[in-house]
Amino acid sequence: MLTIEEILETIKMVQEENLDIRTITMGISLRDCSDADHRAACRKIYDKITRLAGPLVRAGEEISREYGLPIVNKRISVTPIALVAEASSAADYCCYAETLDRAAEAVGVNFIGGFSALVHKGFTGGDRKLIESIPRALSETERVCASINVATSRAGINMDAILLTSAVIKKTAELTASRDSIGCAKLVVFANVPEDNPFMAGAFHGIGEPDCVINTGVSGPGVVRSAIIRVGDADLGELSETIKKMAFKITRMGELVGRAAAKKLGVPFGIVDVSLAPTPAVGDSVAEILQEMGLERCGAPGSTAALALLNDAVKKGGAMASSYVGGLSGAFIPVSEDAGMIAAVDDGALTIEKLEAMTAVCSVGLDMIAIPGDTPVETIAAIIADEAAIGVFNHKTTAVRLIPAAGKKVGDRVEFGGLLGRAPVMAVSRFSAAAFVNRGGRIPAPIHSLRN
Amino acid sequence: MNRLKNLEGGNRVVITVIGPDRVGIIAAVTAILAEQSVNILDISQTIMQEFFVMVLVADMAGAKVDLVTLKDLLAQKGEDLKLRIDTQHEDIFNFMHRI
Repeated sequence: MLTIEEILETIKMVQEENLDIRTITMGISLRDCSDADHRAACRKIYDKITRLAGPLVRAGEEISREYGLPIVNKRISVTPIALVAEASSAADYCCYAETLDRAAEAVGVNFIGGFSALVHKGFTGGDRKLIESIPRALSETERVCASINVATSRAGINMDAILLTSAVIKKTAELTASRDSIGCAKLVVFANVPEDNPFMAGAFHGIGEPDCVINTGVSGPGVVRSAIIRVGDADLGELSETIKKMAFKITRMGELVGRAAAKKLGVPFGIVDVSLAPTPAVGDSVAEILQEMGLERCGAPGSTAALALLNDAVKKGGAMASSYVGGLSGAFIPVSEDAGMIAAVDDGALTIEKLEAMTAVCSVGLDMIAIPGDTPVETIAAIIADEAAIGVFNHKTTAVRLIPAAGKKVGDRVEFGGLLGRAPVMAVSRFSAAAFVNRGGRIPAPIHSLRN
Repeated sequence: MNRLKNLEGGNRVVITVIGPDRVGIIAAVTAILAEQSVNILDISQTIMQEFFVMVLVADMAGAKVDLVTLKDLLAQKGEDLKLRIDTQHEDIFNFMHRI
């Protein structure tokens, strides 16, 4: 029998500490939608998405009410469009993006991920067309999210892809200049991309996945922070233990909701992504967790160690709570989406270099960081290459979501609204790596990729 | 009609009432449950700081309404009494606190 204390703890986590299910994401394979005629392909894509995801939003709302647990987003991820569109002779793939946008609108989801290409070892014709379509696709649609995988621990780092992608990021920023370059907030560059990630903007439906699947992403920085406040000046072992227990409880919610949604929709349940995903709401910040652990500001010396402890404890607790943990699974440190991160940048405590160091011990990477609009393409490429190197050489996922805010300088702000938040424009090094990145080619995979 | 029957883990719901103490809270809540043929299995209550907190576990196997409708009825009563009344499927608590 449950005790009154346990019941009240759960209620408090939801009502006061912002515990929620961040996303239920339906993964849909579009491999059976390829067609030599792109209009036929787009028709098949629209029909399949609206057929399978039609009941998604309603199912999410019903579960939310039955359990009294907010489910913030219902989203869709699809097979990387480069794979689906390649058979067609379309000159560019914006028509596919437009189709995804219309389908997402029809079923009532706010984001659809999978305008993606996997080019860690090289391009096919379709990959190149897709990447070149990204600036227009992201400026002309509302809900479509794009991602490009440019490196893996097995293949190495594709510098040609990084250079092309960096130019695409700049162009996307310029095309969406009137809205603070918001297009770049929907474009993620990955190393070692997971194929079952439910979180946007980097979600897509991997090629080893079933026809349709439900993945969930949990949240709960506020819950973890409150737990840390409650243990007072406990030592680091006890702190880790406390976070672990909280992560366990949070993950169980993700598992429960994922299974309920899968059952309601008649599709298999995939994974729970055990991530601490902050929002701009006060008290829902990963930076504030680090500060509660004893840092004066996020970004101060000690930030990497504190984040490592946090990330590891979250994984340990999460792994015990669900048999199928996947996706990114770790703490997110996006700048614009985290009130504590924004404050740390404003106070001069947090720099892009410190963020890079922190990404070595957590999931994702340099996320939602606004940089000056006049940052050279080669500098963006070099930042991506650095981040990819951290991922490739440490066998982990890393990602870059930079916003070179068109027309903005250090100290200006970008404002996206909603979950994407707002960000101060951060300084990047003025020294160039152009000669290095312009060499092109591929950085070979590290020696420890030879595992067989 | 009873959507709960389709969910895993049975038909039990947890109703929590939180707010300033006053006369007639239990009577108001239990009257609705009786009207809708919801069987009360357990009631515990406590005072936390100055707030009245009641947790009620009930079985909806023979209920005339589904969970979402009951939730709305109770939430409405809560507003009338200036209390917060939540109705949730029991599984959320079992899943979080029991392995």
